Amino acid sequence: MTAVVDRPLERTSTESVPLADERAFRAVVRGCAIVTLLLMGLIALFLLLRSWPALHRAGFSFLTEKRWLPDVNHFGVAALLSGTVVIGCIALLVAVPLALGASLFINEYAPRRLRRLLVSMIDLMAAVPSIVYGLWGFFFLQPRMIGLSRWLSAHLGGVLPFLHVHDADTPSSFTSSAFIAGTVVGIVVVPTVTSVMREVFSQAPVAEREAALALGSTKWGMIRTVVIPFGRGGIIGGSMLGLGRALGETIAVYLIISPILDYTTHPLQSGSNTIAAFIASRSTESSSIGLAGLLGAGLVLFLLTLLVNSIAAVIVARSRSGAVTE
Amino acid sequence: MSVQSAVAETDLVEAPASGASSLRAQGISAWFGAHQVLDQVTLDITAGEVTALIGPSGCGKSTFLRILNRMHELVPGASLAGRVLLDDVDIYQPASRPTDSRRRIGMVFQRPNPFPAMSVYDNVVSGLKLTGRNTRHSRGRADDLVEETLRRAGLWAEVAKRLHVPGGALSGGQQQRLCIARALAVRPTVLLMDEPCSALDPTSTRRIEETIAEIAPDVTIVIVTHNMQQAQRVSQQCAFFLAAEDEPGRIVEHGPTSQLFDAPTDPRTSDYVHGRFG
Repeated sequence: MTAVVDRPLERTSTESVPLADERAFRAVVRGCAIVTLLLMGLIALFLLLRSWPALHRAGFSFLTEKRWLPDVNHFGVAALLSGTVVIGCIALLVAVPLALGASLFINEYAPRRLRRLLVSMIDLMAAVPSIVYGLWGFFFLQPRMIGLSRWLSAHLGGVLPFLHVHDADTPSSFTSSAFIAGTVVGIVVVPTVTSVMREVFSQAPVAEREAALALGSTKWGMIRTVVIPFGRGGIIGGSMLGLGRALGETIAVYLIISPILDYTTHPLQSGSNTIAAFIASRSTESSSIGLAGLLGAGLVLFLLTLLVNSIAAVIVARSRSGAVTE
Repeated sequence: MSVQSAVAETDLVEAPASGASSLRAQGISAWFGAHQVLDQVTLDITAGEVTALIGPSGCGKSTFLRILNRMHELVPGASLAGRVLLDDVDIYQPASRPTDSRRRIGMVFQRPNPFPAMSVYDNVVSGLKLTGRNTRHSRGRADDLVEETLRRAGLWAEVAKRLHVPGGALSGGQQQRLCIARALAVRPTVLLMDEPCSALDPTSTRRIEETIAEIAPDVTIVIVTHNMQQAQRVSQQCAFFLAAEDEPGRIVEHGPTSQLFDAPTDPRTSDYVHGRFG
């Protein structure tokens, strides 16, 4: 009886015993993977432990308090969170259409040589440090966007109250706003979003593309019926990934906004703040409880981006073709 | 406005089965990059008949077929020479648009390729939407068209109650017949079929062959097949392609199918149809 059970067991085990170098390599890569996960966990743990005094003292109001007065126990990330989300959303409004158009052009329309050039340019754009975008946004883009801000406020401010701007006669009411910071952050994340979308669009099955074209479809018709539905997951996932990056973008925002500790309700109006920019601006001057508070803000940002990126990963992974094919 | 929509509706459904077209390929040569795959192929395809293209793999039949509706040029690096006359008009003349040619000369591929996420119904009318014909003004007429084309493709009985399941959920044979229905819905005058049964089981193959026989009078069919029995069963005309080693493909012999199989003039044709090579 035992012999019968033993023999197949023995055979499977001899089959799967790898050579020594194979085993060593496997151990190394597995180690790397574990270290990566461990690092993530340790960072979260570190943030939690170091911010605990502040979180403990502030309690749940840490998420609802907009002021930042750690010494008198009134401090929270509510204002920062609102600015973070608003700037992230503005960034998406800028980045997603731009990335969608760029990725479709690169994949579907550009001649082969131009395609290669554009792909490497996009990769290059992703490698440019965001402080460069920040400087460019501050000195070049900002003065040129005041006109657009003013136009939006004047023409749409009546219908959409959040576009209203106080003191619209002075140009400085429009500078250093969440709108301008969000636009620059949008440009920062365009390469990331474009890469993801391009990758997914390029996997749209040739058979389905040919089916559409053989029916007499134009290229645009084919893109609409085959490529975009196939890439829907990539569009959403890539956008979320871009949002994840936008939420954490620090230096470009820090350079542009004029920091306030109030809710960002009027994105065209000067003044906003984000968790990342706030941490960067306060990290050298805080008391011990203030520092713990900053780490708590960091923990909130960490969890927020983790959440957004996880959702993005799930969406990208789930979308093979957006359909159940046999 | 009302006149226009009336025109659109006429365009959509009341256009009579437009009748089969003749297709004449003259001096077709084709290349992929520097590699020539076809040399000076000339073939007259009679309206309303089924023409089978046979020959061993790699002899250029599929390339030839894809040249007949301007699909060849979609392959990067592909080029060609020669003329293709659809009812005496060259589809490759500078003024003619590939989209128009492809609409009039439909195609069914080797592997069934319905739009997998689209419903059966939407798959059938997809060609109309893609070619800019409005289906919204005339829902009832679109329904009629869907039923009619699915009947012609021999699929109606199986999917009549499942028109809203995704095309990708049908079986392989049903998917292929859905693709035939989709191609027929834009009312082509020629239908090209590139080994339409090679991915299907014998029962599905028989259904497709029945469909071919049924639609043939209204639409000229050119079918590439590796199956000699199939060529004999479905076609009236037949062309035998062959490519000698390191040479582009040529037509060795063409004519009525019965003649090609029973009394071939070229010994190579005789060898091939009797299964002695290929």
